[in-house]
Amino acid sequence: MNKSTMKNNDALVDKKRRAILGGTTAAIAGMAIAPGIFLTETAQARPVDQPVSSKTRWGILINTNNCNDCNDCVTACQNENGWGAGSSDEKNSRPDQKAQWIRTVKVTNKETGYAKTLPMMCQHCESPPCVDVCPTGASFKREDGIVLVDKHICIGCRYCMMACPYKARSFIHEKLTDQLSYAPRGIGTVESCTMCVHRVDNGENPACVDACSDSMIFGDLNDPDSNISRELAKHGGTQIRADLRLNPGVRYQGLNV
Amino acid sequence: MHLLHILKALFMAVMLMTAIAANAEIPRPEVVEAEGKCVEPTDVMRRNHMEFILHQRDETVHEGIRTSKHSFKQCISCHAVKDDQGEYVKVDDSKHFCVTCHEYAAVNIDCFQCHADTPRSTDKHELRVNE
Amino acid sequence: MKKIYFSEISGNSLGYLAIIAGLGLLVALGFGAFLYMEHNGHWVTGMNNEIVWGLPHVFAVFLIVAASGALNVASISSVFSKTAYKPLARLSGLLSLALLAGGLAVLVLDLGRPDRLIVAMTYYNFKSIFAWNIYLYTGFFVIVIIYLWMMMERKMNGFTKAAGTTAFIWRLALTTGTGSIFGFIVARQLYDSAIYAPLFIVMSFSFGLAIFILVLMATYGGTGRPLGDAILFRLKNLLGVFIAAVLLMVTIFYLTDLYGTEHHDAVAFILNGDNIYTKLFWVVQIILGSLAPLALLYNPVTGTSRAWIAIASILVIIGGLAQLYVILIGGQAFPLVLFPGMEVSSSFADGVVASYSPSLPEFLLGLGGVAIALIIVALAMKVLQFAPNSLADADVDPHYKAAS
Repeated sequence: MNKSTMKNNDALVDKKRRAILGGTTAAIAGMAIAPGIFLTETAQARPVDQPVSSKTRWGILINTNNCNDCNDCVTACQNENGWGAGSSDEKNSRPDQKAQWIRTVKVTNKETGYAKTLPMMCQHCESPPCVDVCPTGASFKREDGIVLVDKHICIGCRYCMMACPYKARSFIHEKLTDQLSYAPRGIGTVESCTMCVHRVDNGENPACVDACSDSMIFGDLNDPDSNISRELAKHGGTQIRADLRLNPGVRYQGLNV
Repeated sequence: MHLLHILKALFMAVMLMTAIAANAEIPRPEVVEAEGKCVEPTDVMRRNHMEFILHQRDETVHEGIRTSKHSFKQCISCHAVKDDQGEYVKVDDSKHFCVTCHEYAAVNIDCFQCHADTPRSTDKHELRVNE
Repeated sequence: MKKIYFSEISGNSLGYLAIIAGLGLLVALGFGAFLYMEHNGHWVTGMNNEIVWGLPHVFAVFLIVAASGALNVASISSVFSKTAYKPLARLSGLLSLALLAGGLAVLVLDLGRPDRLIVAMTYYNFKSIFAWNIYLYTGFFVIVIIYLWMMMERKMNGFTKAAGTTAFIWRLALTTGTGSIFGFIVARQLYDSAIYAPLFIVMSFSFGLAIFILVLMATYGGTGRPLGDAILFRLKNLLGVFIAAVLLMVTIFYLTDLYGTEHHDAVAFILNGDNIYTKLFWVVQIILGSLAPLALLYNPVTGTSRAWIAIASILVIIGGLAQLYVILIGGQAFPLVLFPGMEVSSSFADGVVASYSPSLPEFLLGLGGVAIALIIVALAMKVLQFAPNSLADADVDPHYKAAS
């Protein structure tokens, strides 16, 4: 679906940009034509009774050259995890109090006028500040790199929200009743993008990646043969706020504002 | 002395009657039995369901172990109670499976502040059964 | 110096009962506000996903910081052996405990899940300064209670210095821990600075002493016990020194950030912005809360007037609250910098200054914490012997020479 909307927005897309990055687009398009490549690599999920291990490190690579702010990733996340438009809850909360797991951010260079949009969610850092500051250890990093909130022991102090450089976390300001069984969320606790951990454990991609499979790759950063690793080795990728040395698992391409 | 004995007897009689009356007033919980066989024997479950839930939750959240035997979601999907209209009852209704006993025992549970209290037919995924 | 006699305050007057009733009402209102917020959820407050800590935290941090500073007077007597402060040591210890209790009450009651306090006390992530603070705060209670015991039981007086030194070191660690809550946050432009630890330490000196002076004047004025100039003027001069120290730290903080271009936007936001924080900073924190009290305390006319000393102390407290508002709320309001130098926008308040309007429940909760602290002091003084019978010059001034 992204390809057709891209055609409609042709006039708006910087032709020069497309020429330079034509190679990248072709590579990704090639991947989309053979969807089996995606599914095969993550379908070999570990057995359910086996704990996760640090042999795997999950990551997402996002090519922002194709991002046209369609918000499909946001909608997919909302429906998958039951927040925002995907839920009948949070009726009392003001807009600035409603949870937001993923959002599209528009970056503009004020001098040149060049702009890009990108999806922004929990960056699943290797050294997450949110994990460092949590007093109870509720904010934690799983062995396979996914950063989560253990809402059983979250006391709702919101220190992790102060500490996150990406504003990835949200606080639930009211009682919820419409939770999906795969995404527990509740009043007084903090939540954020889980990289669809329930899907990942089931051998699937996160919902946002499936919604935008032309531009997002999900895979094992520790496996040099995975699609994501090969793509990163070939065409590179950047991290947002790389200066903080948090080594996020979410990487971006095309952020050349 | 004699007076003290009378008073003691009177006191005990009053206590006994109050106890009988009290017991007679509080109805036992009417637990709606689920179909099929539970993953543990009933008496084991009654005493230890809390341990299973607590142990499993740590394994699932921190280690990604999602075996179905003590899966909370599985408990809900088997033990969900429907009301007269055929809708699943939610936790604010006394007929909810967990609420029937917990209300009787006056033990507060906060599971459903976060967890879905009914099996969600809108869920797109089936839990993979433990091999 | 003559022997000091301590006794309970009688607490029989109508004024005392009125104070207890008034404070009790504020505590009840604060508790009611807590119940309202906890039952409904935080949507009833002004806090949101951008400003996650609001007015309750301003009050809580103020009370906690003041608590460690209130112990100063006792420390000066026990650790630094200044005999002039010895009579005040018990009251100083009591006030520090009471202020900490009030601050912690507000902090705990504002949690998203205050029913999980047991979890907070049993699950620890020791990389988090919050986890350390839990031990520092509870340890402070234990240590200061022991310190008070050493002071108040005659046969334990030999251990006062040891207990006092322990308490002194502990409260420095505690205030360092409180400042480091903000100092350790790498994400935000206005935090992430080592200066927060010493800044909070000098702030504690200043706020704690201002509150101590006011409590002292209120107690001695209210009970009719004499409070001599010697001791009062020592305290007010000390307060002036502490106010100056805070001004120094604040200046260093902003000057350093002004030097580096990367921080210019953040500093301009506070010092020269079109927002409430700039107004609070200059008008309330600097002018009303620092420069005015300094002038009042050191001016030979106002500095020797009890009324003006009290006013100066009140101004310090107001300035302190404003300072914490600027630090806490201003620090959160300034947007996170995801792409330095670029303009960002999104549906989640990226790139924009976050807005915050304190709500009534938050204010009542914060005020309730203040009331808890004061009511503890008032009741404790009636039950135990915290207050010296006389703080008149003749009785407590080590340099007193009777007029001949």
